[in-house]
Amino acid sequence: MEPRRITSPLDETTARNLRSGERVLLDGVIYTARDAAHQRWCEALGTGDEPFFESEGAAVYFAGPTPAKPGAKVGSIGPTTSGRMDAYSPTVIRKAKIRAMIGKGNRSAAVVEAMKECGCVYLAAAGGLGALLAESVIESEIVAYADLGPEAVRRLVVRGFPAVVAIDCEGNNLYETGPMQFRTVK
Amino acid sequence: MREVGYFDIVERVAEICVKAACLLPEDVFAALEKSVGIEVSELGASLLRDCVRNSQVASEKECPICQDTGFAVFFVEMGEEVRVEGGSLAGAISEGTALGYSRGYLRKSIVDDPVFGRRNTGDNTPPVIHLELVPGDKIRIVVAPKGGGSENMSALAMLKPSDGKRGIVEFAVKTVVEAGGNPCPPLVVGIGVGGTFEKAAILAKKSLLRPLGQPSTSSGYALMEAEILGRINSSGVGPQGLGGSVTALAVHIEHFPCHIASLPVAVNLNCHAARHAETTI
Repeated sequence: MEPRRITSPLDETTARNLRSGERVLLDGVIYTARDAAHQRWCEALGTGDEPFFESEGAAVYFAGPTPAKPGAKVGSIGPTTSGRMDAYSPTVIRKAKIRAMIGKGNRSAAVVEAMKECGCVYLAAAGGLGALLAESVIESEIVAYADLGPEAVRRLVVRGFPAVVAIDCEGNNLYETGPMQFRTVK
Repeated sequence: MREVGYFDIVERVAEICVKAACLLPEDVFAALEKSVGIEVSELGASLLRDCVRNSQVASEKECPICQDTGFAVFFVEMGEEVRVEGGSLAGAISEGTALGYSRGYLRKSIVDDPVFGRRNTGDNTPPVIHLELVPGDKIRIVVAPKGGGSENMSALAMLKPSDGKRGIVEFAVKTVVEAGGNPCPPLVVGIGVGGTFEKAAILAKKSLLRPLGQPSTSSGYALMEAEILGRINSSGVGPQGLGGSVTALAVHIEHFPCHIASLPVAVNLNCHAARHAETTI
């Protein structure tokens, strides 16, 4: 089946209509944030500080790229393990009202609960494919926490960024159903 | 005593750091290509095709295969009849790492303290160096950059001797299955059996450098490798943990004598970007 074309920021209806297992090609704006950026972001959300970007409806990509070579928009940029953001994601989903997360690997029950409640979807990008994924990034600029180096928050504009709906807004989870489908021993 | 210049080592180390990050070894590339035809999941096969394309793009553009260009881990075989002139071996490897990571536009992923501050050192130093003294007058340096995602899912167990082969197989399979999509399957699974606590871990890491899929020279361990690979690939975890029949490309076991009371087992997972490069001076 052809991947579904979606544009970020996503509206709630689009997010809630995505189904676990579906392939998508993402266009539009996404923001990178990983461990250290999430820690600061959650501290800022706790104190009511100004958000550093228009987070409502945003897609957050758990990634820290290699430095861009001269003439390139961005370096290699694949996903990092999402599980390390599990401690922060429920707060970010509820308070910053993000609509999508992009990463790799399974999520905790608490994250899935917040996703169902708020209509946030979790997309899996293929880990270890940083060179290929960089091809769909057409713009990149640092918008916050530049001092964090590879962990700075970047605003990316992407075209045809490939991903799979891993966990949908109803909590259907390809990290559980996929392996179960292909298991050949108990 | 043969002498090798400090800056010769710096330059060679910088070169292999960049090469390892951008150019997937041929045996790993061939195994990925072959796995596309084996994978039963349609999504899985498409993800494996993307792995192949990714390494082609990286090689054409001379850019890193993966953004996590890793901790720079070195295995060095130092001839007993050679010395470094103009500085220390460790210093040259560290300086070469910094040079390679800067020149190659590789990501700097090392923080100065694991708990307090966690400030990025800015040049991907310090490296981890495993040094072995060998006969001869050459220096062989292998770099195996190690990403955080797969390293984090690795595990070590001090089994009882009575746990035996069965205990090792169960522990290895459990480590891979519980890791799911986190370490970026399909994996290369390195297992160190025996020695002491730290020896098992180093053996596991070193086994990842073996030509991909080459069985252990000991028939008992070669059979264990095949059994573990079979069990892993019937687990359903699949490419990226999203379901399928190719969860690992290979299982390598290295073993060492151990204490009468012990059976240490270390399982070091490597993602599909099983990178390494070497130079001999």
